[in-house]
Amino acid sequence: MSIRPITAWLDKRLALNEVFKIAEKKEVPVHRHSIWYYFGGMTLFLFTVQVVTGILLLLYYRPSSENAFESVQFIVTEVQFGWLIRSIHSWSANLMILTLFIHMFSVFFLRAYYPPREITWVSGAFLLIICICFGFSGYLLPWNKLAFSATKVGTEIAGVVPVVGHTVLRFLRGGDDVTGATLTRFFGFHVAVLPATATVFIGIHVLLVQLHGMSVPPKLIGKPVQKMKFIPNFLLRDLIGWILAIGVLAALAALFPWELGEKADAFAPAPAGIKPEWYFLFMFETLKRIPAKVVGLDGEVLGIMAFNLVALMLFLVPFIDRSPENHRRRMIFNIIAVLALIYMIVMTIIGFLT
Amino acid sequence: MSVRIQNSIDALEAMGHEEPALQGSRTSCEIGGVVIRLALALISLLLISFPAFAQEQKKSSCIECHLKLEDPRLSAPAKLFDNDIHRTRGLSCNDCHGGDPNADSKEAAKDRSKGYLGRPRTLDIPAYCGKCHSDANLMKRFNPSLRVDQEREYYTSIHGARLKEGDQRAATCISCHSVHGIRAINDPLSSVYPLNVADTCAKCHASGDYMRGFNIPSDQFAKFKTSVHAKALYEKQDLSAPTCNDCHGNHGATPPGIAAVANVCGQCHARQAELFQKSPHKAAFDQKELGECITCHSNHAIATPNDQMLGTGQGSLCINCHSPSDKGFVAAGQMRSMIDELIARTNSSSEILARAERLGMEVSRPKFELKGATDALTHARVLIHSASADEVKKVVAPGLEVAEKGYQSGVAALAERTYRRKGLLVSLVFILFLAVVVYLKIRQIEGKARTA
Repeated sequence: MSIRPITAWLDKRLALNEVFKIAEKKEVPVHRHSIWYYFGGMTLFLFTVQVVTGILLLLYYRPSSENAFESVQFIVTEVQFGWLIRSIHSWSANLMILTLFIHMFSVFFLRAYYPPREITWVSGAFLLIICICFGFSGYLLPWNKLAFSATKVGTEIAGVVPVVGHTVLRFLRGGDDVTGATLTRFFGFHVAVLPATATVFIGIHVLLVQLHGMSVPPKLIGKPVQKMKFIPNFLLRDLIGWILAIGVLAALAALFPWELGEKADAFAPAPAGIKPEWYFLFMFETLKRIPAKVVGLDGEVLGIMAFNLVALMLFLVPFIDRSPENHRRRMIFNIIAVLALIYMIVMTIIGFLT
Repeated sequence: MSVRIQNSIDALEAMGHEEPALQGSRTSCEIGGVVIRLALALISLLLISFPAFAQEQKKSSCIECHLKLEDPRLSAPAKLFDNDIHRTRGLSCNDCHGGDPNADSKEAAKDRSKGYLGRPRTLDIPAYCGKCHSDANLMKRFNPSLRVDQEREYYTSIHGARLKEGDQRAATCISCHSVHGIRAINDPLSSVYPLNVADTCAKCHASGDYMRGFNIPSDQFAKFKTSVHAKALYEKQDLSAPTCNDCHGNHGATPPGIAAVANVCGQCHARQAELFQKSPHKAAFDQKELGECITCHSNHAIATPNDQMLGTGQGSLCINCHSPSDKGFVAAGQMRSMIDELIARTNSSSEILARAERLGMEVSRPKFELKGATDALTHARVLIHSASADEVKKVVAPGLEVAEKGYQSGVAALAERTYRRKGLLVSLVFILFLAVVVYLKIRQIEGKARTA
């Protein structure tokens, strides 16, 4: 039986042929930095893995302080391949943050945010914040001791922000302390608010990438650049990456299953050597090392405000560095980004070692 | 309204009601008057605001004089009294010693006609303290929950009995509670605070010279320091751990008789005492006039119990009385072997679960359930006081089942790990194959494109 009548029926209603024509026309520049183009797709693939495994976990997870830990314990011990789904969800989340950072820095250094791609960058920055929120909210959901303490410390840091800090802290915790109310709230953020927001921003981000096409590094602007078809050449290469990513995730899940730890106990002291997830470690380490007073101001507050300022600057990057012609500004931006990258890596390593 | 308050209000009102005409032509004399009135008003306010300050001024010529005396025996009471519980409750020297603390001369202060009692004789000390401490109506005013039978109880003690006989070496209230510097029993500096009780008793009881006259040993304190109770008390700072008075009583301190030892130990070790009372040991110990608990555990130097004390092997206490031909010997051996088996099985279960956990397997539930075997072991160690192998078996058997279940969970976790690794290998082969297929497809597509 031919499927032609079905596609014809669909094309009449959805104009699929037009979409295919656009897709067929899409091309990807080929140059020595082309490798970085794959990280956006990889991040999107890992996000898809998160959605699929997250939905599977939702079949058994129970979001309350009485049942959360037990339900995750049930998933990893009793449910067929529950351990695999849970471990892949946790590992994939971490790999996604990693590829997201790589994608962001590659876009930065290749200047893919130059006009008219400012909004693509801004939507990407929003996605970075959303993914970090995904990580922070998801970390608490197994309701184990480490997650409980980390959430306590994390929300306390948010509470230090001047003026709005206390309100933010109470909003995040659902009260003055981390309790079952915080868990329910974080669950809501993790499975409803953040996915919905992420879907919107991913939609905008991907649409804009299609609209503006793939950017080329400033040095190649105006020069003839070799190109490859997105479909099938680039997509198949993407597919190899995704298949290998599944292999990496399977290996990590089987060889290093994600720990469950001990059930959270509000009355127990915080476990020794408590550390946040690796992507928060450089901020945590900075706040730990910053002096109590800096020029008469509270060091912790100053540190938090500095990180907020950096986040704000991240959004403003394409509006400050606007022209490929301004080499001096480009150089300054490169130096700042390299220093920031070195700082993040060094502080993360120090955080791990101390 | 008190006169002081009224005066200060008047002074403040007077300041605000000056004639306006006069306000512009104040002389220095008038200004001085206002300042004086203001000062007076402030002083009055101070006196109103700080009644405690005013109370501090209560005169005590006893303390005033005694503090100045050079002889430390006479000045020490005045100095020590500063931290005394009685002082904090508003009592002073005359409340115990009588006399007139308002008098200015020594003679007037120590006037016998004003009830001056002076220093009590050692034999009179219990009654001296008992004047207040045995008076329920009086004590209610200071501490309604405080007992008022200490004096009566004291005379039931060995100390009290000896004192009654006129032996002035016997301990009285002040021997333990000190004098003039008496602190509340919950004050860590008190001589009868749980951590200090043994040292307080040891002042006399650890002194060979002092005890020689009473014909009792003086090594109890040294032995106690080596005991499991002392470890709990001093190393763990567990204030509920027993010290001298918890077994011997305090005001009614007396050595428990052999028949009463189990009752004393049973205050805390109730289950063991109950089991012992029902065991065949009870009649045998009574017949041989053996101290119930102390025969195996000793008294002051009670060591941390261990499984070697049970059974028929070397170091066992059972073989001190039992010989291979009697039933007790067999029961001791059986109880020991059951306990040893439970320990061994629990340990191997713990080890395999720990190994599985180290390898990343989730075994927190079986680890938690294994606590049932540890609980059974604790219970079995208590049940040996029944001297019945059947009783011990009743808890050891389910304990062994729990341990076995834990072990099987560990085995299953390790098997699951192997299965996962094999599964991973198969998956990786398939994944790599798929990647190679896609790669070949790319080459095919791009090869065709190049040739075209």
